[in-house]
Amino acid sequence: MSSKLNQMASSPGYGKYAVEGASVITTSVDEAINWTFNWARANSIWYMLFGLACCAIELMQTGGPRADFERFGSAPRPSPRASDLIIIAGTLTYKMALRVKRLYDQMAEPRYVISMGSCANCGGLFQYSYSVVKGVDQVIPVDIYLPGCPPRPEALLEGLLRIQAQIKNERYLQDRYQARAKKG
Amino acid sequence: MTPEEIFHKLERELGPECVFNFDAGTGKAKDAFCEVEPGSITRVAQLMKADPALGFDYLECITGIDFPNDQKIQVVYHVYSYGKKHRLVLKVSLVRDDPVIASLCSVWSAANWLERECFDLLGVLFEGHPDLRRLLLPDDWEGYPLRKDWKEKPDYHGIPSTRPNPFDLLAKAKALEAKKAAEAKGAEPADGKPTKVVEVNAAAAEPAADAEAKKAAAKAAAIAKAAAKKAAAKKGSP
Amino acid sequence: MTEVIITNETMDEEMTLNMGPHHPSTHGVLRFIVQTDGEIMRKATPEVGYLHRALEKIAERCTYEGYMPYTDRIDYVAAMFPNQCWAMTCEKLMGISPPPRAEYLRVISCELTRIASHLIMLGCMAMDVGAVTAFPWALREREAINDLLEELCGARLTYNYHRIGGVSFDMPKGWADKVRRWIDNFLPLMDEYDRLVTYNEIYVKRLANVTVIPASMAIDWGVVGPNLRAAGVKWDLRKADGYSIYPKLKFAVPVGEGKVGTVGDAWDRWDVRCQECRESAKMTLQCLEQIAAFPENDLMAELPKRMKPEGEAYARIESARGDMGIYVVARGGTEPYRVRIRTGSFTSMAILESLTPGIYVADLVALIASIDVVAPEIDR
Repeated sequence: MSSKLNQMASSPGYGKYAVEGASVITTSVDEAINWTFNWARANSIWYMLFGLACCAIELMQTGGPRADFERFGSAPRPSPRASDLIIIAGTLTYKMALRVKRLYDQMAEPRYVISMGSCANCGGLFQYSYSVVKGVDQVIPVDIYLPGCPPRPEALLEGLLRIQAQIKNERYLQDRYQARAKKG
Repeated sequence: MTPEEIFHKLERELGPECVFNFDAGTGKAKDAFCEVEPGSITRVAQLMKADPALGFDYLECITGIDFPNDQKIQVVYHVYSYGKKHRLVLKVSLVRDDPVIASLCSVWSAANWLERECFDLLGVLFEGHPDLRRLLLPDDWEGYPLRKDWKEKPDYHGIPSTRPNPFDLLAKAKALEAKKAAEAKGAEPADGKPTKVVEVNAAAAEPAADAEAKKAAAKAAAIAKAAAKKAAAKKGSP
Repeated sequence: MTEVIITNETMDEEMTLNMGPHHPSTHGVLRFIVQTDGEIMRKATPEVGYLHRALEKIAERCTYEGYMPYTDRIDYVAAMFPNQCWAMTCEKLMGISPPPRAEYLRVISCELTRIASHLIMLGCMAMDVGAVTAFPWALREREAINDLLEELCGARLTYNYHRIGGVSFDMPKGWADKVRRWIDNFLPLMDEYDRLVTYNEIYVKRLANVTVIPASMAIDWGVVGPNLRAAGVKWDLRKADGYSIYPKLKFAVPVGEGKVGTVGDAWDRWDVRCQECRESAKMTLQCLEQIAAFPENDLMAELPKRMKPEGEAYARIESARGDMGIYVVARGGTEPYRVRIRTGSFTSMAILESLTPGIYVADLVALIASIDVVAPEIDR
């Protein structure tokens, strides 16, 4: 599976740096640099421990001995300033929604969001509840949605691998330089 | 002591206008209860705790129940005795428009948070409570949700309280795509033959690959939505 | 050499710090507003409600059978207990009594869940106090229990296993032997835990005589479960109420004795849970022996065609965190009129504010961990 993802990342159709506007750099050296950056970023995604409810227990178990998160280079961090990924594990209530937005804003870019579990995806089984936000994507943008109640540790690992594939397909240098060029 | 004996003792000490309507718990209600007049709940509680034969030292639970048809809110106290191993349930009926009752914090400290929760969700005011404010809901929440006539507001500080149906969103996305395709075709120069060929091919391909086209369209729509959102978020926070 | 005491005006300033609702301690979304001068706290006010999911209001829209998955979410760390409590309350209301094999399966699943819940508490408390090794050990054992319960009922965390009138599935073939083998492996591990953590000099120094809850205060504030037993009160609903088939099992009720400090300190709350794990394991073995006498697949009682009860009932069980009671008011419809859930964590959290004046900020962390609260039980 991982070899297939690597193929996706390095095949000629994907990750091609021809872009709508003018591209800053287009040679194969830059592709190599990009690949290196992306490889380094993808294999050290530090996630923020943001366990809210039942999925938090499965998040802990995924970080535990059997389905080990850290073998993918993914270490748990308590602070949003030091993390690339936030895993919203559990039900989001209105009272908590303001804090989630604040924590997400504190994360440094590039940042990714996994919405873990039914409650974070769409409100889950609490559709009749008056105090549950029906899906965390009403507050912050989400990259990967993981269905399950709670999702198994293996499902969460698959979510992490998809984030890794997404990172490996990014035009990291181009986005950074273009952003700088835009700013002036 | 059996619940009946407990009730009779309370009745003797405090009078039948304070405690009344005893139910032994053999009929529909499975636990023995008696009703208490709202003004005398503190005296009843103090007697239940202090009297050595009764010895009720454990306040298990305070429940508020809303009966809009009877225009009353009932507060139910489950009290238990560790020493004597007996339980009695006290029920107090309050007027629904103005539910006020004395707080039992001075008798059992467990009442502190239990009463706060009852206030938070049902609006029962507990007089004499040291710190009566909302416990579970946000501080700026309006209304008492556990009442039967409570209506949910459409949003809370801008967060909508319902989620759009994904099939509705899909239909809207498809309609938008179709509109864009129609506009693009209209903007092309009227060559005649090439566009006609394209149209014929498109028409022929549709019924055959309908299911796949729908799936692909759905996937494309979802990916486009997610990408658009991410792009918007990235633009919004440079 | 003379001692020089440096006084600084700024040292007398009090600060208000915010701890949570997002914090690395894994007890769920709880928030504390701490007023401290830097080391010693004047007061720590807990703020809860960050996981209030309106389970009691949802019950008014669900049927009695259909509410069972929601009860899992009341206490997700030990999800069999709210299942059993809801089943018992509805059975009391409707006058149903489940067959004995179902009762045994309930007790087996509940005791395994009790061990799993206590393991989380032990691991998290050790991690909060600083002994991080204990946490993966606890998770490793919990994975084994998750596997066993997954074989039994299909889910790792939110089981939805009990039903009103019985349980849903019987033990698979060979499951009883797996449980026995695991318990043979688990009991020596608890001894290893004791050697590593419980009687560790640093751990004892850190927790002895810290945040003592005297017995009278515990009873007055409605504290229940292992916290009450650690305070010296020998009270266990499994012996006192004698519900289900617990009267047929032989087990001891561990009580805090102040072995290394005062009765009711944080170390006692830890030690009581360690011993309860062992007792639960022994109870499970007894159940597995006794269940063989009952015919297989006799799991559900006779249920009424449609559940439309009238009346009210309150039933309580000894959950991993203490007294869990559910009070149901029914008025003849297919949905309950009012469901009220009374949990042990709620009253344990209420007592926290009065325990905090005068303790160190680090002891606050030990206190929260030793009280073993989970946010969903408080907020529901």
